[in-house]
Amino acid sequence: MEFFLQLVLNGIVVGSIYSLVGLGFVVIYKSTSVLNFAQGEFLVLGAYVCLTLTVQHQVPFFWSFLITLVFSALLGILTERLILRPMIGEPVISLIMVTLGLSSLLKAIIQGIWGTDLRPFPDIFPAEPVQIGPLPVSQGYLISLVSVTILLIIFTLFFKFTRSGVAMRATAFSQQVSLSMGISVKRIFALAWSIAAVVSAIGGVLLAGIRGGLDGAMSFFGLKVIPVVILGGLDSIAGAIVGGPIMGILENLAGGYLDPLVGGGAKEVAPFFILVLILSIKPYGLFGKVKIERV
Amino acid sequence: MRCGDFRQSYAEDMALFDSPLPRVLLTGLLVFLLVLPQFATTYWLDVLNRIFIAIIGAMGLNVVTGFTGLISLGTAAFLAVGGYATAAMAGKAGLPFVVVIPLSGLITAAVGLVFGIPSLRLKGLYLAVATLAAHYMVEFTVTHWEHMTGGVNGISIPAAQFAGIELKDDRGIYYLVFPVMVGLLFFTKNLFRTKVGKAFVAIRDQDISAEVMGVDVFRYKLLAFAVSSFLIGVAGSLLAYQGRIISPENFPITLAIDYLGMIIIGGLGSVLGSIFGAIFITLLPEILRLATDALGNHWPGLMVIVAPIKTGVFGLVVILFLIFEPDGMAARWHHIKTYWKLYPFSY
Repeated sequence: MEFFLQLVLNGIVVGSIYSLVGLGFVVIYKSTSVLNFAQGEFLVLGAYVCLTLTVQHQVPFFWSFLITLVFSALLGILTERLILRPMIGEPVISLIMVTLGLSSLLKAIIQGIWGTDLRPFPDIFPAEPVQIGPLPVSQGYLISLVSVTILLIIFTLFFKFTRSGVAMRATAFSQQVSLSMGISVKRIFALAWSIAAVVSAIGGVLLAGIRGGLDGAMSFFGLKVIPVVILGGLDSIAGAIVGGPIMGILENLAGGYLDPLVGGGAKEVAPFFILVLILSIKPYGLFGKVKIERV
Repeated sequence: MRCGDFRQSYAEDMALFDSPLPRVLLTGLLVFLLVLPQFATTYWLDVLNRIFIAIIGAMGLNVVTGFTGLISLGTAAFLAVGGYATAAMAGKAGLPFVVVIPLSGLITAAVGLVFGIPSLRLKGLYLAVATLAAHYMVEFTVTHWEHMTGGVNGISIPAAQFAGIELKDDRGIYYLVFPVMVGLLFFTKNLFRTKVGKAFVAIRDQDISAEVMGVDVFRYKLLAFAVSSFLIGVAGSLLAYQGRIISPENFPITLAIDYLGMIIIGGLGSVLGSIFGAIFITLLPEILRLATDALGNHWPGLMVIVAPIKTGVFGLVVILFLIFEPDGMAARWHHIKTYWKLYPFSY
């Protein structure tokens, strides 16, 4: 039972980070209908920038974290301006492939600057575990879970009530209509990309903090978010928020109970099995708009 | 002097060669490539073999992505399926390669359909997502199904035998790979002159119109995916015969992205484009390696970052092509050809 609870808890914590990164994925998909395959690189790049500032330049963690966020926002805007903007009007296939190219390019930059070795990440969370019921829970998990929850609430409110948030939803609904209502679609696209880069960077820092180390392989997280957003519904922010913990719990349970049977790796592959299942049963996900056309 | 296209019958419109010259040149090229192994060094034969296999794979991916308009991220997985199917049939069952190669293709097509059926019913990008899942599921299977695949250590494949001769050196492999590639090139080129191929293109251009014209969209999408997986499976089978040992690390997700890069750089929806792209992407690391070898004496640090440079150049080239020449090298080639065809009166 304790083992089960531990797995569920791990799942919720990792899943909350899935939700955060998935939010970025959904925001881009909703407003620009691009599947962003470079999400994982945004995540790793953000974490590395934070690591370098904190360790090599001795910037206090709070400030280096803020600088990372600014850096990521700029990275998102730059990506949109230099790479996605010239592609407007091209078929969606090209838009997606350009994110694959971007992913390779960023991967190379990361590898060129920081190499491939695992680097220790500064201890941003207190090491002392807290006792919740029968379980000792590391504070990193709790802090991460709480901060992700707060962020998700902020973003939900942002999309619901602020001018920019409403404009983003309008753009997602119809670009032409929002253009005629005086919304700058270009600005919305830039905003979507910077939000995606920022939430990924936060996810990257939290993940690296929990793991205590950072290397390029963490960009795999960006791909594992795809089953999450398919489960929640590709165009649904609520879906990403709910889908994250569900997928986190499922993959941790699979890892905990199936790994001894199959000899490892079940945790990594489980989300993809679930993905194929969802595609066959409920392809628009839990909260996605049911507008998928079948042929 | 020829000036532009003037076609008077459908037969002329459908012809593979619009004038006798390309036919002569192509025959010349084929003869040249047939006798080439007698002169080429082992290193270049190996590079050529890899290019030929990449051409088959890129063509397979182009059938589904370039011609039918569905993104697939499963190329590496399907190469692996083809390769491991070959390992099982040639190694464990001891079948000859004439049977093994087409069967590997068919097995890969069957595996492809498992992922194609749920995702191809849906419009949009779901094939990309399903094939991404396919990649990790295949990777998991080949790593864990140890008595069939040898797990992480890999599995070895006996050399292909032709009339009692073992095709194990690069020259032997060349004579195995080259005819298969020419045959499949011919097949694909002709596929797009038939009803089936034209249905694929119709689906890519406008699926609703295609349906109105009487194309069964789901059936033809499945067919496109099956043909594509077949070609990729054959490429995987040849990879197994060439490498003689395969392991899961031969088929990383970056390989699938490399193949997508090939068809973007070469030209989406063009058989010629698949050839250009495969040559470009296969030669890229070789050229970078030669360059770093030459420059390594001056900047020893260069050797360390050669892997990221390759990835970076690849990503950059893909982005630049998508922005500035979305139709790829094949379109460039076409422009150059038309320019010189009408020279000096080209406009």
